[in-house]
Amino acid sequence: MMNAIELRNLSKTYPLFKLDQITLDIKQGYITGLIGPNGAGKSTLISLITGLIRPDSGSIKTLGKEVPAQEINVKERIGIVSDECFYYEHLTIREMKSMIAPFYKKWDEKLFNNYLEQFELSPKKKIEELSKGMKIKFSLAIALSHDAELLIMDEPTSGLDPVFRRELLDLLADMIQDETRSIIFSTHITTDLERIADYIAFIHKGKLVFNEAKDDVLERYMIVKGDMKLLDADTRRQFVGIRETAVGFEGLADNRAEAERLFGNYALLHRPSLEDLIYFTAKGEKHHA
Amino acid sequence: MQILTQIRQSILSGELVAGESLPSIRQLAKDLQVSVITTKRVYEELEKEKLIDSVVGKGSFVSGANQEFIREQRLKRIEEKMLDILREGKELGMSVQDVVKHFTLLVEEEEA
Repeated sequence: MMNAIELRNLSKTYPLFKLDQITLDIKQGYITGLIGPNGAGKSTLISLITGLIRPDSGSIKTLGKEVPAQEINVKERIGIVSDECFYYEHLTIREMKSMIAPFYKKWDEKLFNNYLEQFELSPKKKIEELSKGMKIKFSLAIALSHDAELLIMDEPTSGLDPVFRRELLDLLADMIQDETRSIIFSTHITTDLERIADYIAFIHKGKLVFNEAKDDVLERYMIVKGDMKLLDADTRRQFVGIRETAVGFEGLADNRAEAERLFGNYALLHRPSLEDLIYFTAKGEKHHA
Repeated sequence: MQILTQIRQSILSGELVAGESLPSIRQLAKDLQVSVITTKRVYEELEKEKLIDSVVGKGSFVSGANQEFIREQRLKRIEEKMLDILREGKELGMSVQDVVKHFTLLVEEEEA
């Protein structure tokens, strides 16, 4: 299988944060969700992939080209959606578009106008007058109007209402009807976007925890809810993280078969959500520290 | 795996007939708003059960090859329902003979 993005031993150090030796393949033709709590390094990773910042060490290959060496080729073939505003606030949507469009060989003016209409964005509106959600829609319209092979979205659903989030699912599914296109998005909250994610890359404190097919991940882990009496030094070892209360405990076990064998008859077991994974992994880390 | 059960059911019930084409994996994923991989796995499982055939470049079709299997599955479903009836009969204090007698009576009434 081809990879849309290949990261090898990627590191970037800041005074208070370190992205540590990330090796990660993002599969072509699929949707990958990059998840993790606030400050895990998701945005740093995306800035590295798109060439906004330079790594201290390691290599980045996006769409088969080295970044930053072949950055210009890459940038023409990717679309970036972010709620951070990279645009000139005092310009109107139309003026901003006129500045951006010439950079793309495959710019499709008609398609762009269709998206503006569909997203109910007036070309006469100034960027500074746009709400957070409208800014995301505008950057999505730009990203979808130049035939991007790879769509990179940084926290795209923050600021979007539920109606548009559902529409977004359709737009993304439309994009990957073509099996050569890929999508990666980052998020720290569980959203409807995760429904359509094929792969989940989980990063925590600057390190990659896993990058696997979502269905496999959700089948591997198990949530166990039960009486405190079930917890001892041995059974505790089954859990990535445990939440203990006066009435019992809830924990995330990372070996489903083993959890079923140990607790099946004594506790309530169910499939975790991705939010459970984020929560208990972060909690487990704190516990051990 | 609700999707798997639903498609399987549609084939077993005869709602989808042999030769009928199924939507492409990516189209179905879009329609159901689930991931491509989830849909792909459902199709692979149906292929394994010989309920559908996939032809590269042409898509997936309801298989005509396994009438026997389909018949078996449907028989199994009838058997399950029969067992259900026996169980409920038992709760009402009916013996197996009572249930069979009642069933025969019903059939005779229906035919009369």
